[in-house]
Formats: sequence, structure tokens, C-alpha cells
Amino acid sequence: MKSKWTRDDQETLRESLRSRELARPLVREIRELAESLDREMRIMEVCGTHTVALRRSGIHSFLPDNVRMISGPGCPVCVTPTGYIDNALALLEEKDCVIATFGDMLKVPGSEGRSLSRYMGTGRVRIVYSPAELIEMAREADGQSGGSIRLQPGGFIRLQSDGSPAKSVVFLGIGFETTIPAIASVFLNTGELGIENLYLYTAFKTVPLALRALLKAPDRHFDAFLLPGHVSVILGTEPYEFLKQPGGVPGVITGFEPIDLLSGILAVLRLLAAGENRVENAYPRAVRKEGNPRARAVMNRLLYPVDELWRGLGVIPLSGMQLKPEFAALDAAGRFDLPEIRDFDPPGCSCAQVIQGKLLPYQCPLFGRPCTPEKPIGPCMVSSEGSCAAHFRYGDHPL
Amino acid sequence: MCLAVPMEIVRINANGKALVRQDSLETEVDVSLLENPQAGDYVIIHAGFAIETLDLEEAEVRLKLFRAISELGSGPEV
Repeated sequence: MKSKWTRDDQETLRESLRSRELARPLVREIRELAESLDREMRIMEVCGTHTVALRRSGIHSFLPDNVRMISGPGCPVCVTPTGYIDNALALLEEKDCVIATFGDMLKVPGSEGRSLSRYMGTGRVRIVYSPAELIEMAREADGQSGGSIRLQPGGFIRLQSDGSPAKSVVFLGIGFETTIPAIASVFLNTGELGIENLYLYTAFKTVPLALRALLKAPDRHFDAFLLPGHVSVILGTEPYEFLKQPGGVPGVITGFEPIDLLSGILAVLRLLAAGENRVENAYPRAVRKEGNPRARAVMNRLLYPVDELWRGLGVIPLSGMQLKPEFAALDAAGRFDLPEIRDFDPPGCSCAQVIQGKLLPYQCPLFGRPCTPEKPIGPCMVSSEGSCAAHFRYGDHPL
Repeated sequence: MCLAVPMEIVRINANGKALVRQDSLETEVDVSLLENPQAGDYVIIHAGFAIETLDLEEAEVRLKLFRAISELGSGPEV
């Protein structure tokens, strides 16, 4: 180890992780192993960011015919039930809230086919890149930042800088363990910062329990997991140890660069060849055995595990995270009296099968005609990380 | 949605946040989820937060391994 890692070293690392020279022997060994195994092996890439990385890099096209990558439930937008979108629309239309969200959620249709995107440009839907932006957004919406106060019959009202009445801001809490600590960190600080108009509408999901549910499904459609790199940064390796138990499958924690992906797939095939159901870490530069305990502590200070409804998978016990009772004042569902959400699939939409690996995207009757990324019908075509959108954009379908 | 990128910490600012850079891009991120962030660390940034410090020793060990395999013989055109 050099005493100091320089920018040149970092550049070399980045180039190496995309190098064809390093890729070739990995591809060769993948092909040799696949040939020796002589059966179809279906590897579920759990993470939506892997889905995109595999297809954008073209790696899926180098794989032998009997090694199939299938997408799992790791695109947060894709596993969010339709009823959640209906409630988000109700918060905006009936409760007069400003909706703050990551951009992926905008085009997802609710049960009546409407989405939040129709309100873009009105100031009523705001896209955030980082939850840290929510603080200033809430201050503006509350008239604390550039706003004013007006006296009218019945008392004072606060106005925003454009003269409109102050509003509540609801953040759509979508995401897995990678994202939850960042969001939790912001919401833990709102009290201290005197923010009183910012709420969280939780639909967080946690990965290991969903994998356990997939594993137990009677008609399981996969032989191994490519485990999510950045979820594992937070969790470490321990939460996947159940894969070792009888009925388990091999799982390999994998990064996102082409060499990371190839070495992860190769490690999966080696485990399959050896008949070993173990967890391996092929992304050790980022994932420690113990994960990031500090990030988990932040997440667990604000939230606690609850049963959660997943689109296509139903309710999975304790696979969601809800605000603890002492933080109930931040909860949009309670504050605005939102109905319990239900799951509903548009007629003909196969997203529920796709996220369980039971159907490939192009086997859905709506794929490409009429469902496209421009006019999506199901969430797997909406999110850039959805399996259908990735297959549509990067080929791999017989249209 | 779990996209995250490695960036270098240039300095820790007075507000407890950190200035990070990659190529010509510089931005301020929250480093409160890290144990002991230092200037010169390479960290993984997700949604405006650093979520882990990269273990560059591990990166180097793995790269050496791949280079060694690569020198043993080539593979198909990719």
C-alpha cells in the first residue's frame, strides 16, 4: 500500500475498472465455467442500478446463453404500490401540500393513470437530488425564507416570497438502505432547526427480508443473487448470511464498474459450480463486513421496522421502515389522515411478474407497444432503473 | 436509485460538511454518516451524503489479482 493515494492512482483505478484487457480473461473464465456447468443458470441482479450498469456496459451481451441475468425487486419505484401514488396526488390536490421527491417518482401512474408529472412547473412538485435540500425548501414554503406575514381576520398568516400562502412540504420517502440514512439524518434535525412544516411519507423498503421472501416462493425462478453494492455498504455482509441455510442460494456483493460486474458474475458461477451457498464480497473497496454502523444508527434512531406492502410481492413482514412514535409529528400519513394503501396493476401490466424474475420484460404483452419509457404504463418502464426501461433502452429484446 | 460515485474530500468545512471533487466538479456534501472523515479520503457519495470511505488498499489488492490473471493469457474480444 502506498503511503498516500494520489489523484493519478484514483484515475488508474477508474480506468482499470473499465479496462478491456482486464475484462477478457474474466469473460473467458465465465464462458468456460458456464460450459462446464451445462445447464441454465439464472442470476438475479437484485439492484436496479446493477440492471442499468449491466445493460449500459453491454456485459449482458458477452454472457453465454446459459447464463441469464434477471432483474429483481431492487428498483424502489418499481416496488412502490399504486395506492402510494394515489395518496401522493391526494396530498397535493386535496391537502394543498408541496410534494418533494426524487425525480424517478414523477411519471409513475396512479390507479387512474395520472402521475405527479402533470404538476411539474407549477411549484407544487419539487424534485430533489439530495434530502439536504429539503430544509431550505421547507423554509421557503413556510415563508421563513424571503416570505412575509399578513394580518387578516382570524389572525396572522404566513406568506411565501411570491405572496402565496405558506404550505406544508411532504417528502416522498422512497428507497432502500442506501438512501434511508441520508433522509433520516435530515429529518432528525428538523426539530433543532425549527422546521415545522416538513413531513415524511414513508414507503421505505429493506432488501434482505425481500430476498428471503423470494427465496421461499414455491415457484422460484433464479439460482443465485448478485447482491446490491451500495445497500451492502450500509448493511455489511451479515444480513445475507441466511443464504447459507438449507434452500439458500449463492450471493455475491458486487460493485458497478464493468470489471466489478464481471468479477461478481464469475464469483457467482464459481459458487454454483462448487455447489456452495455462501455470501461473498466482490466489492471490498466499498463494503466492510460490518457495513456502516454509524449510518445504521442514524436510520434506527428515526425509524423502526414495520410490515410493508411491496408491489407484486404483497406484504413482507418487517421489510419496511416507519417513523418511531416519538417522531409521529413528522409523519405525513398521520398528519394528513391518508388511507391505507393498496396495490393495483394496470390491466395487462406484468411488472409484478417481472420484479420476481418470472417474466422477462419483452414477454409482457404491453412491452414496447404501447408501454414505452415515454408513455409508461407500469413502473418498471417508468424508472430509468426499471427492468423494462433498461431492456427497452439498451436492446436485448426481439422487437 | 442507489447510484453513488467516488469523490475525493478536498477539505472539511467549518459547517461540518465537506468539499469534494472529481475531475473538474466540486461540490459540498454531508459527511456526518462517516466516522472520521479526512481531507484526502476517497468517499462514496449518494444523494448528497458520503456513505463510506473507500478502502484503497483493498482496491489495489484486487486490481493486482486481475492484472495477474490478465497476464496469464487473453480472452475473447470484448
